[in-house]
Amino acid sequence: MAALQIRVNRAEHAVDVSSDTPLLWVLRDTLGLTGTKYGCGVALCGACTVHLDGEPVRSCVTPVGAIGAKHVTTIEGLSPDSSHPVQKAWVAEEVAQCGYCQSGQIMSAAALLAKTGAPSDADIDAAMAGNLCRCGTYQRIRRAIHRAAARAGGGR
Amino acid sequence: MRAGPRLSRRTFLTAGVAAGAGLAIGFCPGGDTLAAAAPSTEPFAPNPWIRITPDNVVTIIVDKSDMGQGVLTSMPMLIAEELEADWSAIRVEQAPAGPEYVNPVTKRQVTGGSRSVRNSWELFRKAGAAAREMLVEAAAGEWGVPPEECRAENSTIVHLPTGRRLTYGQLTDRAARLPVPQNPPLKSPKDFKLIGKRLARLETPPKVDGSAVYGLDVKTPGALVAVVARCPVFGGTPRTVDPTRAKAVSGVRHVVAIDSGVAVVADAFWPAKLGRDALDIVWDEGPTAAVSSESIARAFEAAGAQPGVVARDEGDVLAALGGAARTLEAVYTVPYEAHATMEPMNCTAWVRADGCDLWVGTQAQGFNQQTAAKLTGLAPESVKVHTTLLGGGFGRRFEQDFVAEAVQISKAVGAPVKLVWTREDDMQHDFYRPTTWNRLTAGLDPSGALVAWTHRLVGHSIAARALPAIVKNGLDPSSIEGAYNIPYTIPNVRVDWVQKETGVPVGFWRSVGSSQNAFVTECFLDEVAAASGRDPYELRRTLLTKAPRHAAVLELAATRAGWGAPLPRGRGRGIAVHESFGSVVAEVAEVAVEDGRVRVDRVVCVVECGTVVNPDTVEAQMEGAIVYGLTATLKSEITIAGGRVVQSNFHDFPLLRIDEAPRVEVYVLPSAEPPGGVGEPGTPPIAPAVANAIFAATGTRIRKLPIGPADLRG
Repeated sequence: MAALQIRVNRAEHAVDVSSDTPLLWVLRDTLGLTGTKYGCGVALCGACTVHLDGEPVRSCVTPVGAIGAKHVTTIEGLSPDSSHPVQKAWVAEEVAQCGYCQSGQIMSAAALLAKTGAPSDADIDAAMAGNLCRCGTYQRIRRAIHRAAARAGGGR
Repeated sequence: MRAGPRLSRRTFLTAGVAAGAGLAIGFCPGGDTLAAAAPSTEPFAPNPWIRITPDNVVTIIVDKSDMGQGVLTSMPMLIAEELEADWSAIRVEQAPAGPEYVNPVTKRQVTGGSRSVRNSWELFRKAGAAAREMLVEAAAGEWGVPPEECRAENSTIVHLPTGRRLTYGQLTDRAARLPVPQNPPLKSPKDFKLIGKRLARLETPPKVDGSAVYGLDVKTPGALVAVVARCPVFGGTPRTVDPTRAKAVSGVRHVVAIDSGVAVVADAFWPAKLGRDALDIVWDEGPTAAVSSESIARAFEAAGAQPGVVARDEGDVLAALGGAARTLEAVYTVPYEAHATMEPMNCTAWVRADGCDLWVGTQAQGFNQQTAAKLTGLAPESVKVHTTLLGGGFGRRFEQDFVAEAVQISKAVGAPVKLVWTREDDMQHDFYRPTTWNRLTAGLDPSGALVAWTHRLVGHSIAARALPAIVKNGLDPSSIEGAYNIPYTIPNVRVDWVQKETGVPVGFWRSVGSSQNAFVTECFLDEVAAASGRDPYELRRTLLTKAPRHAAVLELAATRAGWGAPLPRGRGRGIAVHESFGSVVAEVAEVAVEDGRVRVDRVVCVVECGTVVNPDTVEAQMEGAIVYGLTATLKSEITIAGGRVVQSNFHDFPLLRIDEAPRVEVYVLPSAEPPGGVGEPGTPPIAPAVANAIFAATGTRIRKLPIGPADLRG
C-alpha cells in the first residue's frame, strides 16, 4: 500500500498504514505520539481529542485517510513548552488527578477558547460535556478554563 | 538555570531497557554550587526510600502507585520534611517490586485501602529522620565538632557557631559508613515546613503536555501488541477456534491460546484488534450462562430469609422489637458497578529464559511479581516490575488478570508483548463492585426513640478470592464494613451477613463495602427520622453522643450547607455521615427534582482525616470521590443477562459529565491525630445524601441504586 502523507504538529509524515486506520492509532503506534489517549474507541469519552485545522475531533473514529491536507495538532504540539494558557491554567488549578483524560480535556478547552474568548459556565458545559473524567475533576476544569480565558484575554 | 519540575523524558524512554528504573520526576538541580569541593564518590542510601548522590541530588523512592491520589508528592513530603531536604531540588522515583518495599502494616506491596500515607506516616518520617541524623553526624565528624552544634536545612548541614556548610552530596561517603539509627527523633508538628502545606503536585506538569507515561504509552523496543478474545460468559472456555480469518489480517503475527481465551498478536494495536474481531470461536459457555440479574435478585432475596454469620449482636433485638411501640422494615439493594478507569487494562511483559520484565500501571507490584513467577517458573526476584502512572485505579489495578495474560502471551511468542484491552473488554471483564440485598428493621419506643436496629446483608465476599487472609470467623470485613460499625448509640443492634456467590467476579471498588453500606444505613436512618417525626440532622446528633468525630463533621456540614433554611418546591437537602479508612466524612447534597430527573446542584463535604499532609490533595480527592459516587448513584449499573455483562461502553454505562457535576465545597477539620485515609472516604456519603435529599424534595423514598425516573415516581 502507498504511504499516506499527513501533517502532524507542523511536520510532514509518510505513514505506511491502511487508510481506514483510525488517526488515534497512527499517532500512537506509528508516530509514537502517545499523549493522545485511547479511552473508548467510539467517540464517547473524548480522551483522543486532537485538532484538525483547529477543530476538535475524536481521533479514534477519524480514519487517517480522511484527513487529507488538514493539519493535525496533538497535545504535544499545542505549545512547545506548556505555555498555552490552558496548560498553564491546568497546572495552576491542579486539575489533573490520574491525568489520563486530561490531554483530551485540554484540547477541547483550547478549541473552545479559540472561538469563545470568555465562555460562560453554560458554554463550558456545552463544549466539554463530551470529555469524560472518571476522577471527577470537572469543577477544576471549569475553574481552569475561566482562568485561562482571563489570562488569554488580559495578557495580549 | 534550573528547569521547572518535569518528568524526565530521557529517563523514561530508557526505562524500557534499564532494569529497576521506572518513572522519574523532579528537578535537575544545578551542580555548580558544589564544584568547589566534592569529596564524596558513592551514593548514600541508608534505606530503600532515600538515595543521595555526590551531586547533591536527593532522590526519594516511592513504593506506592500514582492513580491520581497524589502519592508521588505526598509521600516524598513525609521524607523531605524530616530529612530537611531542599524540596525544590528533589527527585522522585517509582520503586521496583521487592521485599524491602513490603509495608510493615499490610505485609504487602500494594496501593489501596486509602493506606499510602496512613501506613507510611511513621515509616517514611523515620526514614528521613535517620538519614538526617547520619548526615549531621557525618558533618560533625568532618569538622570535629559536637553534632549538637550542627543543623540540617535545605539539603545542607550548617555548623551554627561558625556558619560553615557542607551539602548532603559532599557528605555521602562519610554518612554511608555510619550506623543507621533505629529510633531517630521526629520533628514536632509545630516545626513542619512541608507537611500541611498546599504544595504543587510534582507529577502535574507531565500530565498537561502529553509526556506522562501510562501503561499504554510504554515503548519497549521490538514489542508486539496483543488483543484477547475472552468468553463473554464468565467462566466459559473456547470449544473450537478457527484462526484463519484473523491470520489473514495484515500485520497479525500470532494467534495463541491462553488461560483466559485466545490472543491475537500483531505489529500494532489496530491489526491486533481487527484480528481479534475476525477470530471464529465457538464458546463452551458453562454453567454461568443461566445467570441473570433477575436470577441473582431472586437468589439473594431467598438467601435473606436465612440467618447469616453474626457480625454484631448487642442487647436483645428480638425482645426490643417485640416491645417496641412501632417498627419499620425496608429492603435496600445495590447493583454491580464497573470501575471503568479511563485507561483500559493493559500490561507489557517480556518473558525471557533468565527473567521477566513487566511495565504496568499496577496497584499490586508484589502480587504482579508472584503472578509472573508462577506462570514462568522464574524466581520472584527475577521478575522486574516497572510501575507506570495509572490511568485510574479505584481497586481495578489491584487484580492480576491482565498481568497474567501479558505474561502468558509473551512467553508463548518469545517477544515483548503489550497487551491492550479495549473499552468493551474492560467493561465486560471487570471485577465488579458487588451487588447486595439488605433487610433492615428498626424499633421505636413510645417516645419515638430508636431502641433496636437489625440489618441482614446478603452479598459476595471479595476477600474470599482476593485476600483470603483477612476473612476471620466466616466474616469478610470488606463486605460488612460500614454496616456492623454504625456510629449511633442504639441499645439493641444485630447485624448479620449471608455470603452468596453468583459466578460474576467481584473486586475492590473505591470505598468497597462502605460504598453500599453507607447508602443502606444512612437512608434507613433517614426513614427512622421521618417515622419518628425528627429532623434527620437532629436525630443523628442525638445518636452521636459517643462519636465526637462524626458529630463534629456533621455539625459543620449542616452549618455550611444552611441546613434548615427554606428551599423552593421541588428542591431538598439530604445529609449523611460515614467513617471509612480511618476518616470521617459528612456530606449535605442539595438537589432539584424536575420532570422526573434529579439534578445535584451543590454538595457540602466536611472531612476529618487526622493530620493533613497536602490540603489541596485532600480537597481534590473529596471532589473526585463525590463525582465517582454520583455516577453509581444516578447514572450507571452493570446488569447480567445470559451469564454475561449487558453493558459494553460509555453509551450504556454512562459516567457523570461536566454538565451534571455539582458545585462541591470541601472543608477539612483540623486534627493532630495521625493521618486517616483520603482516596476513598469521600465516596460513601454521597449516595445516601442524594437519596435523602430526594425524599426531602418529593417525599419519595429511594431504596435502590442507581436512581432512575421510575424510582422518582415513588
